[in-house]
Amino acid sequence: MLTKASRTTFLVPLRDGVLAGLVALVLAFPIVGLPTSETAHGLVLRPRIPEAIAFAVAVFLGRFALGVAEAGKPRPILLIALLVAIAAPFASAAPEFGAALAIGGLFVALRSALLAFPGVAGRISGGIRVPPVAIKRAPLVLLLLLVVLPLTPVIDRRLLDIAVLVLTYVMLGWGLNITVGLAGLLDLGYVAFFAIGAYAYALLSLTAGLSFWGALPIAGLCAAAAGLIVGGPILRLRGDYFAIVTLGFGEIVRLVAINWSSLTGGSQGIAQIPRISFFGLADFTATPDPGRRAFHELFGISFDPAHRQIFIFYVILALALAVNAFIARSRKLPLGRAWEALREDEIAAQSLGLNLQRIRLSAYAIAAAWGGFAGAFFAVRQGFISPESFSFLESAVILAIVVLGGVGSQLGVVLAAIVMIGVPELVRQLAEYRMLAFGVAMVAIMVWRPSGLISRREPSIRLGDAT
Amino acid sequence: MQVPPPMAYFLQQLINGLVLGSIYGLIAIGYTMVYGIVGMINFAHGEIYMLGAFLALIAFVALSAIGLSSVPITLVIVLVVSVTFTAAWGWTVERVAYRPLRNSPRLAPLISAIGVSIFLQNFVQLTQGARSKAIQPFLRGGVTLYGGGDGAFAVTVSWLQIFIVVFTTVLMIGFTLLIARTSLGRAQRACSQDLKMASLLGIDVDKTISTTFVIGAALAAVAGMLVTLYYGVIDFFIGFLAGIKAFTAAVLGGIGSLPGAMLGGLLIGLIEAFWSGYAAAEYKDVAVYGILVLVLTVRPQGLLGRPAIEKV
Repeated sequence: MLTKASRTTFLVPLRDGVLAGLVALVLAFPIVGLPTSETAHGLVLRPRIPEAIAFAVAVFLGRFALGVAEAGKPRPILLIALLVAIAAPFASAAPEFGAALAIGGLFVALRSALLAFPGVAGRISGGIRVPPVAIKRAPLVLLLLLVVLPLTPVIDRRLLDIAVLVLTYVMLGWGLNITVGLAGLLDLGYVAFFAIGAYAYALLSLTAGLSFWGALPIAGLCAAAAGLIVGGPILRLRGDYFAIVTLGFGEIVRLVAINWSSLTGGSQGIAQIPRISFFGLADFTATPDPGRRAFHELFGISFDPAHRQIFIFYVILALALAVNAFIARSRKLPLGRAWEALREDEIAAQSLGLNLQRIRLSAYAIAAAWGGFAGAFFAVRQGFISPESFSFLESAVILAIVVLGGVGSQLGVVLAAIVMIGVPELVRQLAEYRMLAFGVAMVAIMVWRPSGLISRREPSIRLGDAT
Repeated sequence: MQVPPPMAYFLQQLINGLVLGSIYGLIAIGYTMVYGIVGMINFAHGEIYMLGAFLALIAFVALSAIGLSSVPITLVIVLVVSVTFTAAWGWTVERVAYRPLRNSPRLAPLISAIGVSIFLQNFVQLTQGARSKAIQPFLRGGVTLYGGGDGAFAVTVSWLQIFIVVFTTVLMIGFTLLIARTSLGRAQRACSQDLKMASLLGIDVDKTISTTFVIGAALAAVAGMLVTLYYGVIDFFIGFLAGIKAFTAAVLGGIGSLPGAMLGGLLIGLIEAFWSGYAAAEYKDVAVYGILVLVLTVRPQGLLGRPAIEKV
């Protein structure tokens, strides 16, 4: 005979687990278990039934374990889940299955740890609260680390490359944070401005012979102008309609770039975009063109191909910091306050005399300008651009960085960019699963913490003393 | 019957557009129903349609592997398989990714839906492969309305095109009756007016919303199956563009309005066909995006929708 207590502790989770396992089996059976494969005689099925069943069993076990943990036995579950997570990668024949089991085990362990130690759970479910002193110092420490990073011996070309990539996404994330975080507008087409900036620089440098430093402001202006033109009519729309229209705009820009071949080179893109120079004073080559100076001659040091890369790193660092400084400053200015007021309550802010259209347009166009700067930088760094780099997925990645980091949190964007861009670049085996994990993370974080990982965002202004 | 060539070309585009439009209409119903009841854009709906197409493809390959040759039986089995499994996906997505967010800020479900969309695309790409999948033409032959002997332009309707238009028309009539006459339909209409009030009056809101997602997914699965038959080629990425176009159709017709979704679907299909036929085919997607932007800015309530009034 089962006691009533053991019934609720085991039978109910068992029922839930079986149900979840069955649903998982139904979902996985055809898609995972029956992949089609191309042969000379058309498509054939190559069944992988065991994988589908293993998937369902794993879901059953996970759901059951979570249920038992939630019903009051978190500690034994924590222990078992940890053991599974540690043993799985070694015990399983298929490495992918072992990895999946390990991740599942870790998830269950995390959840039951939170249940077993409610004090910790309470603190974490309020967002990761870092002590204010650490928050205040963290950016400074991070900045110092970044400034000396290229000069330290630990860094090699590959790491520096990844750092530049991460910083590009940090800059884009901060730029998008002006629209999403400060003005509260969900922009699903931010990559359009990135693309406009990149094409503006590529075309200006190739046709008009402008240098990067000459073309940079123009690229930003082009993107801002596009923002003004597009933003004008669409900023009246409600949140989700606005999001879809910006998505449409992003796709239109990409399709135009593909089809207007005479200007943009079509899907072939534009190659051999001129490289960056040292503020127009010197080039980063061993043998400069006649009449130009080389960087190493200018400083009287020996030539090193890494110089250009290090310079590129400092350029993107400066650009990203400029966005950050702009945001920090604008939150103290009337304009930034108006953005936040409109985000918090459209109607109240409008009835206090704020012009919704103009204020939102300014946020949209300014974010667009930063996107354009980032695009010009992207073009000069790659030396090659094509419409492929500016798909909707890119917008979604930038948005994911902003959202996962915590909308409006500057430090959160940095963390999210490191986790989302840097880690998969470092661990190439994971690259295949990167987007899969991206999707799962977006859903999981929305469900678990709709305001993002770091939810420290203090109000920009308080009335009187908050007592 | 003698038709001058420009007229014949026009007729052919009209037929193509109607076929395309009825498929968009089926997908658009899923967007409009969910928007009408929960007030969110189910961004992953295009991916559900893509899953439907893949499930239909798998069923086709499996049936031809066991040597089933009867056309009607194959069609029925493929339809049942695709609809059942896709509906299960639709139900799960709602349960896992949307239900916990029902009372969160407006944009949270949209972001979650984008996450689902990215996940499903990559899930299918990883499990089924990134290359596009082609099947043998299934329902061959058709009627030539206007014979194109001596090199003149021929207007043809294939059996498949007739099947698609007839089948979607029957489905839409059945669906309209479902909403207008059954208790489930009444519950859905009640929920779309006021969720809280409906629950106070004893309607199981969770169940109604689940059913809505299941019906939407089932209709998308039918669309996916029809596309697999019609084009014979699918890949993991087809959901994105089809989703946007169907959403545009729903918005054009007036989001939340079921006849609007069907009308919008037909219009988008026709616009796309005529744009490809008479203007620049490579800009046909730009035309659809342009319509989306234009409708939302000029007439956000669409053709048949009622303007939304925000109450404070």
